[in-house]
Amino acid sequence: MEKWRDILNETWHFYKRTLTLVATGSKLYYAWCLSLIAIIIIGLLFYMKQHEIGLIATNMNDQVSWGLYIANFTYLVGAAAAAVLLVIPSYVYHFKPIKEIVVLGELFAASSIVMAILFVMVDLGRLDRVWHMLPVLGSMNFPQSLLAWDVLALNGYLFLNLLIPIYLLVKFYYRKNPNWKFILPFILLSIPMAVAIHTVTAFLYNGLPARPFWNASILAPRFLASAFCSGPAIIIIIFQIIRKVSIHHIEIEDEALFKISELIAYAMFLNLFLLSAELFKEYYSQTVHIAAFKYLFEGLHGHNQLVPWIWAAMTMNVIAFFIFLIPQTRKRLTTLNLGCLLVIIGVWIEKGPGFVIPGFVPDPLGEIFEYLPNLLELTVSFGIWATGLLIFTLLMKVAIPIETGAFTHTEYEKGMTTFRTR
Amino acid sequence: MTSDEKKRVIAKLEERYQQKYGRKFQISTQEAVPDTLWAYGLELSRCIGCRRCVYACVKENNQSRHDPQLHWIRVLRLKRGNLINLEDSEHYYDPDLVPEKGFVYLPVQCQQCQNPPCVKVCPVHATWQEPDGVVVVDYNWCIGCRYCIAACPYKGRVFNWAEPNLPREEINPSVHYLGNRPRMKCAVEKCTFCIQRVRQGRYPACVEACPTGTRKFGNLLDPNSEMRYIIDRERVFRLKEDLGTEPKFYYFFEA
Repeated sequence: MEKWRDILNETWHFYKRTLTLVATGSKLYYAWCLSLIAIIIIGLLFYMKQHEIGLIATNMNDQVSWGLYIANFTYLVGAAAAAVLLVIPSYVYHFKPIKEIVVLGELFAASSIVMAILFVMVDLGRLDRVWHMLPVLGSMNFPQSLLAWDVLALNGYLFLNLLIPIYLLVKFYYRKNPNWKFILPFILLSIPMAVAIHTVTAFLYNGLPARPFWNASILAPRFLASAFCSGPAIIIIIFQIIRKVSIHHIEIEDEALFKISELIAYAMFLNLFLLSAELFKEYYSQTVHIAAFKYLFEGLHGHNQLVPWIWAAMTMNVIAFFIFLIPQTRKRLTTLNLGCLLVIIGVWIEKGPGFVIPGFVPDPLGEIFEYLPNLLELTVSFGIWATGLLIFTLLMKVAIPIETGAFTHTEYEKGMTTFRTR
Repeated sequence: MTSDEKKRVIAKLEERYQQKYGRKFQISTQEAVPDTLWAYGLELSRCIGCRRCVYACVKENNQSRHDPQLHWIRVLRLKRGNLINLEDSEHYYDPDLVPEKGFVYLPVQCQQCQNPPCVKVCPVHATWQEPDGVVVVDYNWCIGCRYCIAACPYKGRVFNWAEPNLPREEINPSVHYLGNRPRMKCAVEKCTFCIQRVRQGRYPACVEACPTGTRKFGNLLDPNSEMRYIIDRERVFRLKEDLGTEPKFYYFFEA
């Protein structure tokens, strides 16, 4: 009885202190959070309109039946999968500089998955029936439907990426050593799971013979390669921002960033190689399946809306590849950051809209409809991105002081009831 | 579901339709007739592209009439000399008179695949194949993810992007639960070979509406059916046979 009351007290104290921690910060922190909340509210208002009148509020139609939402979903699953790039060197090879920041990487993965799931939710016509997809309660078509696989994989990965960092952070909070026997299996499991979520997402498109643009066996490898470019690039940028704005001294060494950027060089090489392999096959054989590629890369029957986008993406990816390949540019923060930005945008175009839309153009009966998202789709998408960023910011606000030791249980034990910043 | 539960659901649905449309509906739940496997025949040399089938279908099946108008049948106009490359087809041809010189017409609707990719991908079992071979949708279970639309090689499925506009006086109140009952926004729908009609021994509405006798219908399991006659004696082919979907929709030319 006594013990239970203690635990409850403990937990209550932890929550109270966390809330104070999250609610206090610099002017910049307030401005950042408030602008994110503003974007979220605007996105929500636009979503309410879509929910009321139906998906006709978007620019999607029977020809192009998936659009910006599913494009963002695909990209974010990749970004989340990339957290594994941090897990392998840190936990498996004990590369120390990355080990310091791996918890942050995992929380980044969790935030990305939340965004990916939100993008699927807003794309659903009947959000009120989403429970039909749940196992037991609803009627999940497992193992037939790849969408059912994706629901399981994404939620499983989300669970792992919350469990691992939270477990470690709680241990740090109590200044205790983590029980590696307990947590290491989960950490190791998260590596194949990262590969799995992105493979399953690729298979979701891959298994449709109706869509020759997606029905290529090179798809899953291409997905993984491009994910291992964009995900780490986002992480490099985010870590530098954290290093700059955090009042706690968190150990993010340049060494760690350079190591991650080296991995991007390999991944980008693979990405470009796989893409060229696919382009060779399609362009040399010139079958009817080339139509979607033509639409994307050169325009089809005078429809060429995506052409400038994909060539911009190609240029960005190639420039970024050389930036990451050459040690001098890779190991200088200015050029490194330029490379990261190019990768983030280039890969977003390539595997977001540049991947989803040509799957529908021309459609199975040869119709060509040029889709561009409308204002509502853009606003809702920005709202979801802002939600993810806000979640990540708040997680960082608590995780970083725990990691640096500024926010621990011991302080409260010493009777320090007010929160102290260093 | 037991038959009692079914009756209760149907009664509730009839009441809801009564409130919404002010009309009395008869919602059938008639099961598949034993030993039937429905198939469709379409004689390409006869089709004149008049789209009477399209509008008969809209009327029979309670599709949304405007904003947007939904069609389960699409008629493609192709230049003579080409039947396979659909990229050169025109879906929205609108001349004063059909047929037009130098063109042929290819009507396409759900091909009722025996191996339907749309059923395989549905994450919630909202669509399935009935024992008589018809692929149906439970509009009240569909979550609107549109994965089936992406999976269909024939564009056989259309989506209610908005609340359907079904004027009271144009309603067909004789409906089947798995067929032409009124739908709601953001659920998918498709041709069911007029399940409400064929299970009562009638022809689909498009077959009846065709002025040129282009459209045929029958039971594949009955050796004396019209479809068996056509398959035995005419030159039949199916769309995109290379995808292995095994459509039960046979296009043919007179031998």
